[in-house]
Amino acid sequence: MQNAVPLSWYLILSAILFALGVAGFIFRRNIITVFMSIELMLNAVNLSFVTFSYQFKQVDGHIYSFFVMVVAAAEAAVGLAIILTVFKNRATLMIDEVNSMKY
Amino acid sequence: MTALIFIILAGIAVFCGINLVVQTHPIASALSLVGVMGSLAVLYLQLGGEFIAAAQVIVYAGAIMVLFVFVIMLLNAGAEGTSFQVSRFVRYLGAILLAAFLGLISLMIQSTLPRTEGVTFGAFQGTTAAVGRKLFTTYLLPFEVISVLILIAIVGAIVLARKEI
Repeated sequence: MQNAVPLSWYLILSAILFALGVAGFIFRRNIITVFMSIELMLNAVNLSFVTFSYQFKQVDGHIYSFFVMVVAAAEAAVGLAIILTVFKNRATLMIDEVNSMKY
Repeated sequence: MTALIFIILAGIAVFCGINLVVQTHPIASALSLVGVMGSLAVLYLQLGGEFIAAAQVIVYAGAIMVLFVFVIMLLNAGAEGTSFQVSRFVRYLGAILLAAFLGLISLMIQSTLPRTEGVTFGAFQGTTAAVGRKLFTTYLLPFEVISVLILIAIVGAIVLARKEI
């Protein structure tokens, strides 16, 4: 077994995780699972950042990744508060039942 | 050794990612997401991101996922009902198309990326000191702006989750 891992493997893993996140975002109907799919996509992008950071031997990618984490934390706090409010008003978590802006 | 660790952790990450999409109960999806985040943290460590690996475990797998699990418990979210029936033929076709799609992605990345020497553990160490030095010199303004953003998010979350709305 070779010792060094090709850089492209990390990027392929990142792409696969991003694609899975997109699939979850599209196919799931529970709003909490949709939200978790977004977190999965953010994680996949973070992996790309850290991989390129390794390639260029610079820590800038780590800092971008850190910023993504902070934004994800803020987004999770606000998003989950919105989910709580939606549930309080509608008593449902299914995204296709929250459709009053459609008509 | 590096390749072996990568293959094991990438397998765990992909399995947990698929599980996240496939499971109907949100708490199972949340647990899968924790698995993805944990294996990604080890991969960050392998790539020399020690600060970001620790932050991944503390912020993502710790704080954010606790928030998710807390909301799942609070709303008593149950399993999602199946609304559309899928025949077995479509299921198999979907699996084949998914494999073809992922293979295409891999092929495109392989062919566009220039040849580089691979990743070996310890070849680059983005130490916490280096990250901190850069964060508080080059990236000082974004850092301050993002702290304001998180303050706004806290206030917004409190306002949204009040009783009156």
